[in-house]
Amino acid sequence: MSDVPSTPTAERAAQLPAQSPPVDPAETAAASGQTAAAGRLSWWRGDGGEGARRNLALIGVLLVLIVIGAVTRSDLYSNPDWVWDNVLSILKLASVVGVVTVGMTFVIIGGGIDLSVGAIVALAGVWCTTVATQSYGAGGMIFSALTVGLAVGLVNGLLISYGRLVPFIATLAMLVAARGLAAEISDKQTQVSDNSFINGLASNNLLGIPLLVYILAAVVAAGWVLLNRTTFGRRTVAVGGNPEAARLAGINVKRHTVLLYALSGLCCGIAAIMLTAQANSAQAAMANLYELDAIAAAIIGGTLLSGGRGTIIGSLLGVVIFATITNLFAINGLSTEAQNMVKGGIIVAAVLVQQVKFRSVTQFLGRNRLTTT
Amino acid sequence: MTQHSRDLSRRRLLFGGAAVGAGVLLAGCTSNEEQPTEAQTKAAGAPGGNSEPGKRVTIGFSAPAADHGWIAAITNNAKAQAGTYSDVEFKTVEAGADAAAQRAALSTLISQKPDVIVLLPHDGKELNAFGLEAMNAGIPVVNLDRAFPDARAYRLQIKGDNYGMGVAAATYMIAQFKAKNLTNPVIGEIAGIDSLELTQERSKGFADTLTAAGFRIANRRAAEFTADSGQREAAQLLQALPKMDALWNHDDDQGIGVLAAINQANRKEFFMVGGAGSKKAMEDIQADNTPLKATVTYSPSMASSAISLARLIGQGRGMSDLVELQVPKEIILASETITKENASNYLKLGF
Repeated sequence: MSDVPSTPTAERAAQLPAQSPPVDPAETAAASGQTAAAGRLSWWRGDGGEGARRNLALIGVLLVLIVIGAVTRSDLYSNPDWVWDNVLSILKLASVVGVVTVGMTFVIIGGGIDLSVGAIVALAGVWCTTVATQSYGAGGMIFSALTVGLAVGLVNGLLISYGRLVPFIATLAMLVAARGLAAEISDKQTQVSDNSFINGLASNNLLGIPLLVYILAAVVAAGWVLLNRTTFGRRTVAVGGNPEAARLAGINVKRHTVLLYALSGLCCGIAAIMLTAQANSAQAAMANLYELDAIAAAIIGGTLLSGGRGTIIGSLLGVVIFATITNLFAINGLSTEAQNMVKGGIIVAAVLVQQVKFRSVTQFLGRNRLTTT
Repeated sequence: MTQHSRDLSRRRLLFGGAAVGAGVLLAGCTSNEEQPTEAQTKAAGAPGGNSEPGKRVTIGFSAPAADHGWIAAITNNAKAQAGTYSDVEFKTVEAGADAAAQRAALSTLISQKPDVIVLLPHDGKELNAFGLEAMNAGIPVVNLDRAFPDARAYRLQIKGDNYGMGVAAATYMIAQFKAKNLTNPVIGEIAGIDSLELTQERSKGFADTLTAAGFRIANRRAAEFTADSGQREAAQLLQALPKMDALWNHDDDQGIGVLAAINQANRKEFFMVGGAGSKKAMEDIQADNTPLKATVTYSPSMASSAISLARLIGQGRGMSDLVELQVPKEIILASETITKENASNYLKLGF
């Protein structure tokens, strides 16, 4: 990114009520730092405008999927009890990846990527289910899973910020290393969780709603507030949109980057507890390819892979859409291969639609409208 | 039959074994290595039989680096079985991460001139040439579980029966349906990784046997041989089949997750059959407090048998109970059905 000292401080820009129309920062970032700053700015407003429209489109997709399910399996959908059960089963299916995706969304908005999330979930899960950890009870298991997730995320962040490793490389290395360590700790065995509190997280309901769904809701709500209502969130957008401008604006970009990866790691720790509860066990191969699920969900939710834009609600909808597809294929007895092809198609379609939309918006508004503030 | 990734299909369950310190991050870790149980070897010493000490034999052994319990059990069993013979010298080489690394390791093994080589290849096709080379050099090769395509590349082939697992699971189910007078049962299947030949063979054996008896599979989901994927797919399968009569899950390790999903969904109207024969599954069957009522085996005890037979080959002896003067060329283990009635006999073979 070019150095543009004349740009208004990125942080302030992000906080100001925006006046420019929504733009795609990736498209404009190359033009100048100034345009990128404006891109962040418009994201901030876009959360209410463009973001909401995007999310409405995702809800539309979700409804279409549900209608397809209701038509193809009308025998099941005619039973209201089953329909309610099915909604809960989709939300439970989405819960673990959903929590991981919240962390991933922050990292991607902040201009990074975290390929190690699945491996962190596995490491934290394995760590918290060793015989020694289980002897400390549920509290010890939860504490160790969260601590391991946070610590691994911190290592990622430090390597990227201060070790100057490209995020792709640093987290790829962590993916391999963390799974290796998990395999070493567990001696490649499946570690059964005997803790009834942990296992109960996946089998117990409160007011008819599974506890896992409450955890997902809590993490999503916390993520939404953090992104949209705090300085931390605005800084994240600023750092992702244009790190150089953010640095000149006085943001400690390196420290902020460390915090973003630590946050992602913490989400993985939470997810590890949830997944361990669901499977009543943990092993080094668990949470296989969650990194791709989380990235895909964030992207179809409208998070820009180059950073600077994204919404938590969009990411959540992305996860729920994928879970609904899985459910749709399962209740129709269709093969996993077909399901994966459809998922791939939806990712491509979602990104294509977004590009078309933004290009037309850009053309409509002209190319030099970005001199706001 | 190539089975590159059979590795993925077996994992040992953690019972006992040490672990890593809780809470405090930097607690030291120790390994979970377990000694194979006494019964996975066959004690030497009965007079008059094959176990009588004979000519001294050096057995070279190579299996892929253990990435899960089943392979770990293979290596442990081989080592322990060799240890029971006073006339066997056991040399093992680490097979590394892939077929190329294993080939390199094996060439160092050949230079040590073992009398027999016991080999679980990364990939039977890729290591076929090595088998030929060793056989041509006069070293008999015992192929463990992953067959060489060329019959000249091995002296003895000993392996499990994936198709037979499906047949055994279906046979058990059919008997149950008959006993319960079910004419149109709803049958579910949770497979392992679908792209693997071993999964396809298991599913084919299962489907063939059910079809022949006039039944059909109502829904089938493929998991990934891990407990969390088993839970995920089972939860969806249960959603798709609000009422089910029987469920076959290909792998007992992923079965931990399948049972968790069944418990979470509060379902108990059906019975479940497992696969592979893990210790945990056998204990569950014995306790009879879950839907898991049976499991069909694919036992890593084959490694112990391979060492015993390699010793006989090296000594030029046959199997004492058979008429032939030499060890046979091919042995395929039967997939056995473990139920509450016979689980106590099999517990010692659980991994």
